[in-house]
Amino acid sequence: MSLTAAQRFHAYANPARFMALSDRLLTPLWAAALLTIAVGLWFALFNSPPDYQQGETVRIMYVHVPSAWLAMFGYSVMAFASAIALIFRHPLADVAAKSAAPIGAAFTFLALVTGSLWGKPMWGTWWEWDARMTSVLILLFLYLGYMALWAAIEDPVRAARAAAVLALAGAINIPVIRYSVVWWNTLHQPASVFRMDGPTIAPSMLLPLGLMAIGFTLLFLALHLVRMRAEIMRRRVRALRLARASSSEA
Amino acid sequence: MRRAFLALAARDIRLAAGIGGGGGMAVFFFLTVVAIVPLGVGPDRPVLELLAPGMLWVGLLLASLLTLDRMFQADVEDGSFDLLSMGPLPLELVAVAKSLAHWVVTGLPLVVAAPVLGILLNLPPERMPLLVMAMLAGTPALSFIGAVGAALTVGIRRGGLLASLLVLPFYIPVLIFGVGAVEAAAGGFEGQAGMQAMLLLGAISLASFVIGPLGAAAALRANLR
Amino acid sequence: MTTSDLRLHVSDLACIRGGRVVFEGISFEAGAGEALVLTGPNGAGKSSLLRQIAGLLDIEQGTIALTGGDPERGIAEQAHYAGHLDGLKPPMTVLETLRFWAAFLGGAAGGVETALEAMALAPLADLPAAYLSAGQKRRLSLARLAVSPRPLWLLDEPSVALDAASVARLRAFMAGHLAGGGIIVAATHLDLGLPVARELRLGREVAA
Repeated sequence: MSLTAAQRFHAYANPARFMALSDRLLTPLWAAALLTIAVGLWFALFNSPPDYQQGETVRIMYVHVPSAWLAMFGYSVMAFASAIALIFRHPLADVAAKSAAPIGAAFTFLALVTGSLWGKPMWGTWWEWDARMTSVLILLFLYLGYMALWAAIEDPVRAARAAAVLALAGAINIPVIRYSVVWWNTLHQPASVFRMDGPTIAPSMLLPLGLMAIGFTLLFLALHLVRMRAEIMRRRVRALRLARASSSEA
Repeated sequence: MRRAFLALAARDIRLAAGIGGGGGMAVFFFLTVVAIVPLGVGPDRPVLELLAPGMLWVGLLLASLLTLDRMFQADVEDGSFDLLSMGPLPLELVAVAKSLAHWVVTGLPLVVAAPVLGILLNLPPERMPLLVMAMLAGTPALSFIGAVGAALTVGIRRGGLLASLLVLPFYIPVLIFGVGAVEAAAGGFEGQAGMQAMLLLGAISLASFVIGPLGAAAALRANLR
Repeated sequence: MTTSDLRLHVSDLACIRGGRVVFEGISFEAGAGEALVLTGPNGAGKSSLLRQIAGLLDIEQGTIALTGGDPERGIAEQAHYAGHLDGLKPPMTVLETLRFWAAFLGGAAGGVETALEAMALAPLADLPAAYLSAGQKRRLSLARLAVSPRPLWLLDEPSVALDAASVARLRAFMAGHLAGGGIIVAATHLDLGLPVARELRLGREVAA
């Protein structure tokens, strides 16, 4: 009760507390994620109408759209955690940022692949340089660059600082890139590009889409917690090994 | 001697694949360079199809230059090279082992990535096998020729940039025949011209397999003693 | 190291670096079980002399020969050189490093275990070199000498960064090598405490 907001905030920075809390959260989180995805998939595959234009292929949407959404969600998590890490020096924040990147990258990749699989029957090509696909591809590059920077610097403290700056620079740049791409594309290719926004969605499609989006988000959170725990343990192992190197002389 | 050779090649592959080794960096660079092309020339699909083989090969050449300077420099900087040169392997074979390792961690992943990037550049799927074959035949030459450039610039500050400048002219035949092998198929007379370009690529790789390590070892001796 | 008639001959050796004569007219011999300590001020050419014997530096004038060894192999292949640089790769563990050098240099069976033992590295065996302190790195780079038996040891300031306990180990390590009929040429300020150590002073005046 006597804790100030800032103190409470830092109390959760304690990895031991985080480990205990996340340990209790993980099982229900996994269960909720898998259940929601299972129900969502059932609706998506068996209990929703085919599109009057696209036929059965529209069902790719139920994986594609949530993936694309989580691709952006992942980057937001990463950028937000990076900001916290830079401003408050919160010890868990850079763990959170680092752990979010590969998951976000995986969803980005999934969005690109499912988009490509969807595009083949729809447009007759695996890839089209339309504004949205191009910006998602650039998002993947930003993720990969972020991960490469982490991998290139041995010392985690230095790596965290540099990676956080990169993540924030990316966060500022994403809208700029996004709009430049839109502008670029309309300049060269007017309305001929297939509109991915599609027609306004029927409620029978909205339900499975919503369920899948929630399920994927829960899945992201579960994976994120698992990766954060793994990262904390990896740092512990590293610290123990460093300690062993210096204590073995006795 | 075989044990020493395999041990060295395996060590180099492991180091490049690990943290800070830069193994995945070449593929990432390749991906970025190729993806930037449509942003520059516009998303017009026939234009992209026309440019695809050339852009893929140019991207591949640039990406394989990227990790070249570390081939000998890393070992020279930390002193391992002194020890390597006192082993049972002649320097020529040290250069072969290191070039092979460079190909495995750079050339091979680039060849695997190329068809995926081909999709981005609207390369027709029926030309992919030919592209992959041409790259498999041609990329070893990049590592073996590159070894000479890496050896020549060892111990020079900013040697990586200089190595690229020295080596690029020697990559030109690989580029020409590599693009030729893929283009010939488009013309529909792949039986003749395509096969010829492919054979020439193989010949360049085999020749560089012999000449590259000899040149690299000579350059290392001249530079380091 | 069964050859007891092993002998290192250096005669009238000169070293010229960047147009400057570092030393000239160096001659000495060392036989099996003998240690030669190189002393002299900075820049006298101690490191250059060691590198010349190891074949890492060209010889402008004079000859270096090793007789009584393996006639199939050159001096470089019968010598271990431990210079200022440790030659370690940060991601490779102690054990991986020693195994690599055993495979590359052609080590005898059990050489890796002997090496771990000699420099007391066994507790660190699974640690990457990046985690080691400067002294531990030095010990690892010296332990390499034990993975593959070679009769001639060329050591350039081997005791740098070592603590007292490690220096004692190094002494025992070197004494063991000499007792086995090896030759050591070392540039060091350390009193080796070895029975058969002679001194070669490089610098203003040259004496063998």
